[in-house]
Amino acid sequence: MQLGSLQEVIDQYIHNGQSIALEGFTHLIPFAAGHEILRQKKRDLHLIRMTPDLIYDQLIGAGCARALTFSWGGNPGVGSLHRLRDAVENDWPRPLSIHEHSHAGMAAAYSAGAARLPFGMLRGYVATDLPGANPQVREVRCPYTNAAIATVPAINPDVTVLHAQAADRQGNIFIRGIVGAQKEAALAASTLIVTVEEIVESLAAPINAIVLPHWIVTAIAEVPTGAYPSYAHGYYARDNAFYLAWDEIARDRERFTDWITRHVLCSRDHAEFLDSLAEAA
Amino acid sequence: MSVHSCSVNSYTPDEMMTIAAARLIRPGCVCFVGIGVPSAAANLARLTHAADMVLIYESGAIGTHPRVLPLSIGDGELAETATAVVPLPEIFSYWLQAGRIDVGFLGAAQIDRFGNLNSTVIGGYRKPKTRLPGAGGAPEIAHHAKQIFVVLKQSPRTFVAKLDFCTSAGFINGHGERARRAIPGAGPQAVITDLGVLKPATGSQELTLVARYENVSVERIRAATGWPLAVADRMDVVAAPTADELRVLRDLHKRTEIAHASNTRRSKKTPRPAPASHVNA
Repeated sequence: MQLGSLQEVIDQYIHNGQSIALEGFTHLIPFAAGHEILRQKKRDLHLIRMTPDLIYDQLIGAGCARALTFSWGGNPGVGSLHRLRDAVENDWPRPLSIHEHSHAGMAAAYSAGAARLPFGMLRGYVATDLPGANPQVREVRCPYTNAAIATVPAINPDVTVLHAQAADRQGNIFIRGIVGAQKEAALAASTLIVTVEEIVESLAAPINAIVLPHWIVTAIAEVPTGAYPSYAHGYYARDNAFYLAWDEIARDRERFTDWITRHVLCSRDHAEFLDSLAEAA
Repeated sequence: MSVHSCSVNSYTPDEMMTIAAARLIRPGCVCFVGIGVPSAAANLARLTHAADMVLIYESGAIGTHPRVLPLSIGDGELAETATAVVPLPEIFSYWLQAGRIDVGFLGAAQIDRFGNLNSTVIGGYRKPKTRLPGAGGAPEIAHHAKQIFVVLKQSPRTFVAKLDFCTSAGFINGHGERARRAIPGAGPQAVITDLGVLKPATGSQELTLVARYENVSVERIRAATGWPLAVADRMDVVAAPTADELRVLRDLHKRTEIAHASNTRRSKKTPRPAPASHVNA
């Protein structure tokens, strides 16, 4: 496990063309890491996330992505992700190939990836148009009953990026609250990068808590408020007003580009990004 | 929203729809809900006649008791007030797929006469006119929950003769096809709109208008349906909202609006762990 600045860690481990998963199901979304990827102008990424959320809307709108694997692409509780829509509907700023699942399908794909199985199984997708839209959704026959079961290929990202509440000095990671598929995405990846709210002396994690041991973690960067505007349970709440405001910002190409330039590209790091938002408020 | 200033003698079609949906939830019911009207209806039921119902959100919150409606499916409020919070792959496999859900509550952009649902695209899949958020949990909720309630506004744009995309299967082509495909849940047993309530007919399983709201004519409902609507021989009139139902629903929306309007990052920061645990304090 390597401890570094977010800038160093992204520079060292995220490369053009890779498949990367920034996971976190509405909670602990690694926004600061996503913004650093944007600042470093990584390109041709295959983005993977169950719910692309605002962070992938930003990366897609900024032209960082060639492909997206996902299962629900909205602005949660608000409406559309306008940059994702513009990419799919109008190829702006570049064509985006999409690999679409249901949540259950994608959860099965991550679980298979973590277990290094070739595919995940589920009872699902029956009598829907989803297998037609995503030819990777197929089926096998149960060897015992001959019943048909849907399959999805395992997801094994080159890099998974998570945000967590805390790491200890050894690099063990503690995640609590709504955990989504973070553990599966972490264990499915070749490289695991974690940003944390803070580095603590002792995690004081209860037995059965979700702890990612230091020896599966590639690199850690301490980034307080690194999940903002999503939330970190026990640290800060979700900024719902920002999610509502994003709908307006992202609706228009020019306004989006101005926002990205002003707040993300013109800030050196996450702290400066937060300051620039505060100034604009 | 102006709905909050309505007196108890007047109510909006949206309020009637939410209240009619809430009334269908029986005490003790294990209910899996999505954001929007389903979440409002389920919480209204919990706060009125079905206090002991079990509310489950796909983020993994089981038996949750939110004080305000969540803006996203994974708000911290859901985790804090839940009996248990489980990882996302688990909620879909051990809980939903295992058949532990009594009622799945879904919305959609389009529905057809057999209760099949579209929440993926308007237009063609490859070059959509409108790219919608997509499947999320819906296909497997529709597949596994013992029964489905669908809530959506009724118009020729939403009640269509042919779906642009089938995201979630209802009765497929009716006449028992769902059972022949070995889909375990009973499918959409009620469709609650802003005009009335539809239920599947015995045998054909075609959605049939069984109840209208006060001051809504059957002719108006026919005109809002994109196929020749089947109408039950005996037409019920759904009772207008009670003063209590309206008060609880409006209070819930008001609390929610206040909670979501605030910039939570600065105003609602929750306490950090004890300083003793800090390395970098």
